[in-house]
Amino acid sequence: MTNLEKYVKAFAEALEVPENEVPALKYGESSQWDSVGHMTLIAALEDAFGIMVDMDDIIDLSSFEKGKEILRKYDVEI
Amino acid sequence: MYDVNELPALPAYEWEHAKKHAFLTRELKELTRFHAEHCPEYARMLAAWGADAEAAGAFEELPFLPVRLFKEYALKSVPQEALNRTMTSSGTTGQQVSRIFLDRETSALQSKVLSRIMSEFIGKQRLPMIILDTSAVIQNRAMFSARGAGILGFSMFARDRMFALDENMRLDAEGLKAFLEKHAGEKIFLFGFTFMIWQHFLAELRKQEWTPDLSNGVLVHGGGWKKLSDRHITTEQFKRELLETCGLTRVHNYYGMVEQTGTIYMECEHGHLHAPVWSDITIRRGGDFSVADVGELGLIQVSSLLPRSYPGHILLTEDEGRILGEDDCPCGRKGKYFEIVGRIKRAEVRGCSDTYEQRTV
Repeated sequence: MTNLEKYVKAFAEALEVPENEVPALKYGESSQWDSVGHMTLIAALEDAFGIMVDMDDIIDLSSFEKGKEILRKYDVEI
Repeated sequence: MYDVNELPALPAYEWEHAKKHAFLTRELKELTRFHAEHCPEYARMLAAWGADAEAAGAFEELPFLPVRLFKEYALKSVPQEALNRTMTSSGTTGQQVSRIFLDRETSALQSKVLSRIMSEFIGKQRLPMIILDTSAVIQNRAMFSARGAGILGFSMFARDRMFALDENMRLDAEGLKAFLEKHAGEKIFLFGFTFMIWQHFLAELRKQEWTPDLSNGVLVHGGGWKKLSDRHITTEQFKRELLETCGLTRVHNYYGMVEQTGTIYMECEHGHLHAPVWSDITIRRGGDFSVADVGELGLIQVSSLLPRSYPGHILLTEDEGRILGEDDCPCGRKGKYFEIVGRIKRAEVRGCSDTYEQRTV
């Protein structure tokens, strides 16, 4: 699986949305990506890439696109 | 106004009186102006207040709203479409709840400031976390109670979480044992509401005669003492019980409210509640609402720089307390430190864990 596939899958499974809807997702704009969903998503991303995300990055990860930028800091290229 | 993005980077407990007071006065005046321009109901209240907020030389002269206004009015300073969450204080049937309207900016600010305050007490590392409550409290996602929101807000400091109580409020002893084995030797963050900890967690431990070793833990708890003081349980008793049943020595109470989420007042190693740089405590005399002296009992006013989407930056609570000192707590933190004494009579019963009604089986 490529990193992009893993990334999309983590979103889809954590937030329970179809994979094709994942790229448009923004925090707080869908009923699934609320603060409960957010913590599930962070855990899924950490498991998928074997990383531990800092607190500030957890707060900043507010969209599908923003998440890619943040993961780059952890040497994960999407 | 201070750039919202820069605000969380300020040092939480380093500024002494003159610097902090000038900063808060400037920022709170700006916020007062902002909310008056964007919230018509608030502008009308200011007009009724009569005093000129612009002329205020100190933030103590700015108008304060009674906290219960948020139960009666839907107050917001951003357009409806910018809102992404409504928080409510927990309330049982028949009680009115506060409604606090949040946009993305204010909720992000709350999270960032809360994480800054917490890192001063538990460190910057995300820790394994034991929530001394039931998972049932966060299951209804449509309705955000203060208890659920509190748990979620504090969950950000965790990297592995477990709920110590099951859906029927019984201790999940097996789950807890497994979690403690998995994280043996690590520092553990424990979080819960004071009354729930006393009534359920500690009671279950006593019942099971089990003394898990939580001496690596740091417990943060809040939500009010009302139900405990009704049962004549003191802070000392609460702490002693935690020490005796599970070896917990690092225990921090906090004071905070859903109307000003983020700027919580944490209890230090010396048992004092501390105001961080983003907020302050003012004690007012019950009779004429003038500012009380240090050590004098009165009503607590909370002022916070975080509320941007609703005019809740200066609120008069229904809690009573006294300032113990400023800039000179033995713990080294600057700013005012204080204690809560109780709630004024005839105030509605409220508070995060206070509204949990015990079920009889």
